[in-house]
Amino acid sequence: MELYTPLSTGSGYWNPLMWLIATILTLIIAYIIWVRGEKNYKRGTEQTKPFISGNPEPPKGVVHIRAGNLYWGFIDALDRYYRYLIPLHTGIMTDYLLWIFGITAGLLVVLVVV
Amino acid sequence: MITDFVIKNAPILVVAIPLIGAFLCPLVGRISPMWRKTWVLGIVTVTSLIAILLASMVLTHGAITYVFGASTSDLTVPIDSGGIPVRIIFTVDAMSAFMEVITALVGFSVILYSMVADKERSNLEQYYTLFLLLICSVMGMVTTGDLFNFFVFIEISSMASAGLVAYRVEKGRAIEAAIKYFMVSTIAAIFFLFAIAILYGQYNALNIAMLAERLQFTLLDKIALILIVMALATKCGAVPMHFWTPDAYTLAPSSVTAMLVVTSQASLYGLFRFVFTLYHLHLNYVMIGWFLIIIGVLSMVIGVTMAIPQKDVKRLMAYHAISQTGYMLLGVGVGLAVLGDSTQLTRFGIIAMEGGIFHIINHAMYKGLLFLTAGAIIFRIGSRDMNRMGGLGHSMKYTMIFFIIGALSIAGIPPFNGFASKLLIYESVYLFNPFLAIIAMVVSILTLASFVKVFHSIFMGPPLPEYSNVKEAPLPMLIGMGILALGILLFGLFPQTVIDTLVHPATAALLNQSSYVNAVIGGV
Repeated sequence: MELYTPLSTGSGYWNPLMWLIATILTLIIAYIIWVRGEKNYKRGTEQTKPFISGNPEPPKGVVHIRAGNLYWGFIDALDRYYRYLIPLHTGIMTDYLLWIFGITAGLLVVLVVV
Repeated sequence: MITDFVIKNAPILVVAIPLIGAFLCPLVGRISPMWRKTWVLGIVTVTSLIAILLASMVLTHGAITYVFGASTSDLTVPIDSGGIPVRIIFTVDAMSAFMEVITALVGFSVILYSMVADKERSNLEQYYTLFLLLICSVMGMVTTGDLFNFFVFIEISSMASAGLVAYRVEKGRAIEAAIKYFMVSTIAAIFFLFAIAILYGQYNALNIAMLAERLQFTLLDKIALILIVMALATKCGAVPMHFWTPDAYTLAPSSVTAMLVVTSQASLYGLFRFVFTLYHLHLNYVMIGWFLIIIGVLSMVIGVTMAIPQKDVKRLMAYHAISQTGYMLLGVGVGLAVLGDSTQLTRFGIIAMEGGIFHIINHAMYKGLLFLTAGAIIFRIGSRDMNRMGGLGHSMKYTMIFFIIGALSIAGIPPFNGFASKLLIYESVYLFNPFLAIIAMVVSILTLASFVKVFHSIFMGPPLPEYSNVKEAPLPMLIGMGILALGILLFGLFPQTVIDTLVHPATAALLNQSSYVNAVIGGV
């Protein structure tokens, strides 16, 4: 009996344990590189403060990029798509039901035709 | 003696124990909160253990039938009934067992989590009564072999779910979401009831196996099929019948949301069960298969693209739940579309179905985990708005680790379980239609992008002054999340074992209609 069977996908196979071993090895190599880095680094000193062209660091709450500012480019690029999609989600219950009845009616028509 | 009783009556016990537990919960709760906690946890633990026992029995010995009111529990067709299984029959095959394992695993984790997450709320007796009723209804849906019984359990799940969604009130918004959910569920249930009436009117039977044997696929049967498919596609939140999902998932307590995911998947189970076991080759499998594929692709794309702009963490996750349901519909839809072509079915159809079914259990775990992590954050900071969050990785390290596991899994990143099921879907669907596989992969990339946003918004950045006093989630909540995270890791590292043990038998049970029919009709 085999100790471990990789996932057979029909077209090939996938062995997560090999992937895990490769990841662990990569992390070990990364760690070795990291420990050979700057020896003079000290936590909690001036070294850890961000340098913003000599300007004082803004309050912590201000520098964090909030969720609303992320992916604005993606959403802006797909503006024409979202302009139709978001208003479809009206939050009105009768609209929800209309979709259900509409699709059911459409399927019944297709059924009769086919 | 007790062991014999449990083994003999396991199919009914998984339904009866949470049902009795639910109705006794208000009485036990009168004694003290500690008694109530012990009672609820005890009921769920016993139910979960029996469900796992039942699943192991089914996977070892084959389908089990349980007949109500018969002299022996396997006397499915009484001698004087004219060959009709007149009694209510529970039929548990490998697919049912698969769903029971999911319900047991998630139900136990969620209740454990809920013990702390919801402890400050009022009316907890009613809350846990509804929660146990919800577990009972899901167990019933996946266990019963009777159409009308299935309808009854759908109704119980709708009522319990709506009550739980409305539980927090939230200035009336939760009640509004619950009313919407209840109305949509009721319409879906009426569709289902109408389909039952059509089938009963023609064949004088309500038993699925009996109906499967007698079905002629008349025009009325086709109408019944459409009504069943629409009812259950609505209940599982497939696009474009998904509108109730973000409302209900967002405003329900997080532990309830995690359980609602399992409830939706029980509806998905029903959809697959009726299409494969009841109709099988009688139906126009190419048309229905493509219908499932189309709503699957729509669910994937619309779900993920609607998730990206969201700022409410639970609403975002709710849209992802819709998106992930699409993968299951796609995988099983491809299997259905080639059901009559044995060459294609063997070449990629079975693998596609296995991918879709494997994704059900994976989704229950990682989506349950993600909702629980969201709940832990809301529990600590009192807000769902990601615009108000940040830097929580400093104070909620374990929650962050669990979130990372859930997020990487839902995005299909190896070695987590989501990758394993998605890989099966990609490769098999590619052989069916490469374009569909490409869409599935793009949706995974967008899912990852979306969860990178969530991760950054919630956990990254400097510690914010307003959350300087925030602490890690309490231990029972972490244990609840930990159980699901462990499941994700194990299922991701040993996917073939899960497939061999649970998924392949479940897929075979769906494909092999005659074994289901024989398990019931053959038991004279």
